[in-house]
Amino acid sequence: MENKQVTLQIDRHFITVPKGSTILEAAREIGIDIPTLCHINLKGTCIKNNPASCRICVVEVEGRKNLAPACATRCEEGMVVRTSTLRVMNARKVVAELILSDHPNECLTCPKSGDCELQNIALRFNIREMPFNGGELSPRKREVTSSIVRNMDKCIFCRRCETICNDVQTVGALGAIRRGFNTTIAPAFDKMMVESECTYCGQCVAVCPVGALTERDHTNRLVEDLANPNKVVIVQTAPAVRAALGEEFGLPAGTLVTGKMVHALRELGFNYVFDTDFAADLTIMEEGAEILKRLTCYMNGDKSVRLPILTSCCPAWVNFFEYHFPDMLDIPSTARSPQQMFGSIAKTYWAEKMNIPREKLVVVSVMPCLAKKYECDRNEFKTDGNPDVDYSISTRELARLIKRANIGFNLLPDRDFDQPMGASTGAGVIFGTTGGVMEAALRSVYEIYTGTPLLNVNFEQVRGLEGVRRASIDLNGFELKVGIAHGLGNARHLLEDIKNGINEYHVIEIMACPGGCIGGGGQPHHHGNSEVLYARSNALYREDFNKQLRKSHENPYIQKLYEEYLGKPLSEKAEKLLHTHYFNKSID
Amino acid sequence: MKVLTIDALQTIRARAEKSLSLREESNNRVAEGSCGLSTGTTKMQILICGGTGCKASSSHQIAENFKAVLHNHEIEDRVDVITTGCFGFCEKGPIVKIIPDNTFYVQVCPDDVEEIVNEHIIAGRKIDRLLYIDPKTEQTVSDSKHMAFYKKQIRIALRNCGFIDPENIDEYIARGGYLPLAIGLLEKKPFDIIDEIKKSGLRGRGGGGFPTGLKWETAQRQDSKIKYVVCNADEGDPGAFMDRSIMEGDPHSIIEAMIICGYSIGASKGLVYIRAEYPLAIKRLKIAIDQAREYGLLGDAIFGTGFNFDIEIRYGAGAFVCGEETALIHSMEGKRGEPTLKPPFPAESGYLGKPTTVNNVETLANIPIILEKGADWYASIGTERSKGTKVFALAGKINNVGLIEVPMGTTLREVIYDIGGGIKGDKKFKAVQTGGPSGGCLTEKHLDTPIDFDNLLAVGSMMGSGGMIVMDEDDCMVSMARFYLDFTVEESCGKCTPCRIGNKRLLEMLNKITEGNGEEKDLEALSTLGRVVKDTALCGLGQTSPNPVLSTLDNFHDEYIEHVRDKKCRSKHCKALLTYIVNPERCIGCHLCAKHCPSDAIIGTVRKPHVINPERCIKCGMCMARCKFDAISVS
Repeated sequence: MENKQVTLQIDRHFITVPKGSTILEAAREIGIDIPTLCHINLKGTCIKNNPASCRICVVEVEGRKNLAPACATRCEEGMVVRTSTLRVMNARKVVAELILSDHPNECLTCPKSGDCELQNIALRFNIREMPFNGGELSPRKREVTSSIVRNMDKCIFCRRCETICNDVQTVGALGAIRRGFNTTIAPAFDKMMVESECTYCGQCVAVCPVGALTERDHTNRLVEDLANPNKVVIVQTAPAVRAALGEEFGLPAGTLVTGKMVHALRELGFNYVFDTDFAADLTIMEEGAEILKRLTCYMNGDKSVRLPILTSCCPAWVNFFEYHFPDMLDIPSTARSPQQMFGSIAKTYWAEKMNIPREKLVVVSVMPCLAKKYECDRNEFKTDGNPDVDYSISTRELARLIKRANIGFNLLPDRDFDQPMGASTGAGVIFGTTGGVMEAALRSVYEIYTGTPLLNVNFEQVRGLEGVRRASIDLNGFELKVGIAHGLGNARHLLEDIKNGINEYHVIEIMACPGGCIGGGGQPHHHGNSEVLYARSNALYREDFNKQLRKSHENPYIQKLYEEYLGKPLSEKAEKLLHTHYFNKSID
Repeated sequence: MKVLTIDALQTIRARAEKSLSLREESNNRVAEGSCGLSTGTTKMQILICGGTGCKASSSHQIAENFKAVLHNHEIEDRVDVITTGCFGFCEKGPIVKIIPDNTFYVQVCPDDVEEIVNEHIIAGRKIDRLLYIDPKTEQTVSDSKHMAFYKKQIRIALRNCGFIDPENIDEYIARGGYLPLAIGLLEKKPFDIIDEIKKSGLRGRGGGGFPTGLKWETAQRQDSKIKYVVCNADEGDPGAFMDRSIMEGDPHSIIEAMIICGYSIGASKGLVYIRAEYPLAIKRLKIAIDQAREYGLLGDAIFGTGFNFDIEIRYGAGAFVCGEETALIHSMEGKRGEPTLKPPFPAESGYLGKPTTVNNVETLANIPIILEKGADWYASIGTERSKGTKVFALAGKINNVGLIEVPMGTTLREVIYDIGGGIKGDKKFKAVQTGGPSGGCLTEKHLDTPIDFDNLLAVGSMMGSGGMIVMDEDDCMVSMARFYLDFTVEESCGKCTPCRIGNKRLLEMLNKITEGNGEEKDLEALSTLGRVVKDTALCGLGQTSPNPVLSTLDNFHDEYIEHVRDKKCRSKHCKALLTYIVNPERCIGCHLCAKHCPSDAIIGTVRKPHVINPERCIKCGMCMARCKFDAISVS
């Protein structure tokens, strides 16, 4: 695009912006905060929804007959914009009142209350009456899946979820159906989400401005389990949780609250507080061994082995390739996700060690993710119907629980995880951000493959938020080519290339959510602010940097686990407990 | 056979001109008293309207019958039977026109054919009962030239409708068709053509009135190897059939215009977006495309030049909003048919992201003739800022329902009273709705407004695509506004808040009023909400959808007041506001009304005056219809 600038007037200010900027962007630059609702633009990622459909951001543009949406109207030279005239304010208010007239008055019991963008608009516009209420409400469905709760009567038709599901994730589970007042967002033919190709990535929940799409809540169940004296309830916390949980308590994004979180979990009454990072280290042991094995076979000319090898930590990504690429089920690593490795080890190795019967042990996970809830439910991760991980709660649910249990989170002194499954290296920590699994794997693969110690463990070339990243690593003369993709749309591009025989990679890391787990569907809502994602990511790298051990294979408790129980990576026992297989789930 | 030169085109023209000149000459001639083969005429033609309206009244059967009867009389080689497009006078269809005496038979049945052949064609006697009777003079008029309906019309876009056989490309060529294309391709530069269109002042006939030449110029300026020409044939206004008639009656004019547009902007692909419920138009268009391909007028190296162009037909599912150009493009792309914000305009980024001109059927129908007769000729017709003619579908409480074409600047009064023949049943004119469901209602005081884009906007309505619905004193303006809003609520895509929810709430308020539950403050709320919807909606549909409400609120405010304050509907249209009363002086107590009352609302003993229980009365009017003594009245 031409590098041209245009100058315009917004209210009393003159501003010069690059040609192509919207009025909204220009106004925000000078501190004029035009309200928006349907618009979302997570800068630096591919998340952008700009249908100009809610009409909350309308402004007056001199010379135009009608009000213009600031979010989609491009700045022009000499344009005169007024953002807060009586006409504009009245129009915005009427539009907001219209939205409210087709929205149930259930704020008091809505899970989104206090974090709802429509509620904020109503407050901001000083709406004290509902002049259009009493009319018909559009007919819409409700659905509870294992991960996501769909309450479509609350939908305001901003289309964010549709854009995410189709344009960003290329899953195509949610779309607009019917028209006019009866329009709703649903899977094709108004089917249920469980009948669709939904991967439960939860990105629709992450961007929903209201309470139409929320997580399946397990906090009540957890409260009961914690109060049950006949149960031993243990918890594992995913790496990305510690970098985001503080936001729910008013702390700046990127505040690491690992110690406070552990303390709060103890206060809640968990018998043991463990770390999924431990299982992340374990994942590197298994996946790393698998990478090395497959690479060696491949280089020795074994035609039965296919490359690249794809990571398999992300359950939404697993769902995605089971639905959309059923002919490539042999490519991903067979390693289970850290959540499931943890559950499996907890209910075998650790339970045996502690002499706790399986049925008495409740394994709960705190995850930044909603697909993890679905993953807990998968039959292959159950023994006689008893799941390895009983259920998973999201970062948001944990925050709610802490508040409900009267725990003054911000004042809590730090506490440490329990052992043995609370011990982790820096490699496990960075699993929570895109590129982290790859970096962790490289740290171990390098040392194991070359037999020489790694001088600099920071693989900067795989870090960042760019949708697809690539890097070459010199393993003593062998050039290992790795790729990283986050967001399922990016993953699809890579997979289609591989399908068509175009492949430059040996190993690819894929995470379903933009940003990786830090941007997961169970995290505190970012409300379109990508700075939040960067801050969370940086926090994880900080925690990694401050760890004494930064390579998974150096985790002493992992070494002990192999010595005492598993033998070595890819042993028969390891294969049974730590690996899985995939299913063809294609829908026609 | 490929037509590669102007000469080749002229050869075809000369071949077909003979049969056409018979029609052309007779068109200019006043019908003689005598007619038929007996007068020495060697060649006759029977033109039968093959438009959808007349076809629905079995005009195809009429054509079949003519062929059979002529065959039986062994005169089929002297009398041609030709199915044409719409004549426009749909009120009187099916129409049969006999050439060369130019006799215009109306409301012909398949059973009349035998008589027409025997009497008119063979014996030379016109059939009086099938002639049009002028309602004013009560005299028969045997040719269209002398009918008030046709007198004030100038048929430019409809020039070939009801005149040529739309399934015969030679007849189109004989009318000068494809010559403007040939001359354009062989002798003119693209920007010369665009200049000519700009100079003509032609504005988009689909509703917006955007200057066509400017649209083409924008598309032409875009730096893109791939561009598209789209014909918007998604005619959606209720009761409007201008575009359908053109496609049924003169499909080649659209094809020629699209090729010219393609050459002008640098596109090699044309798409016609047409609603699937126009089967006849689709059929004729397909035939025309095939014929044009056969002559090499579509395809590669047209007229031996390096210019390639072809046309594909895309079917719409009939959503009103898909007439909006961005929604139309999304629909063609296989996406949900909903509009997006402009700019970018389709001429910059349209179908599949490529520069695309979207022109309405009627707009395109004007293109070849503008190039043939020149921009100055076209610009000499019409008003200062609206040039040429406009086709209207005249409907409602009017004597001459049909398709008309008048120069811009003709007044509403001329259209309604001269061409339209006035209000049906000599009732009083109340309002005229222009611009389809999103237009406004104009009243008596607007009747002398010259019709053009700007004047209609200035008085709170719009040109739209050319629907014109006339209302009389029996029409309730509140119900009318409710009816149109019901349509736009139904047809809203649901994308933007004001249209999705705002129009629904407006409709609910109007329902409340027509159901007798309205309050005076509702009128204020209607007006406020209507204005916000207009001001904030995303596309043309939403921005204009409150027009019927706002214009009736302005022009018929007293009627609204009556509805909400006095709970009365003066047109006796809103059932909930009616009261049926028995006049005890007239009622003889025959009990007939009570017998027929479906809700047992009438009480009384025989031979005593009855009474209606308003609580039970469902206002069906059955009692009033049954009463033989005029004893029941409604107010």
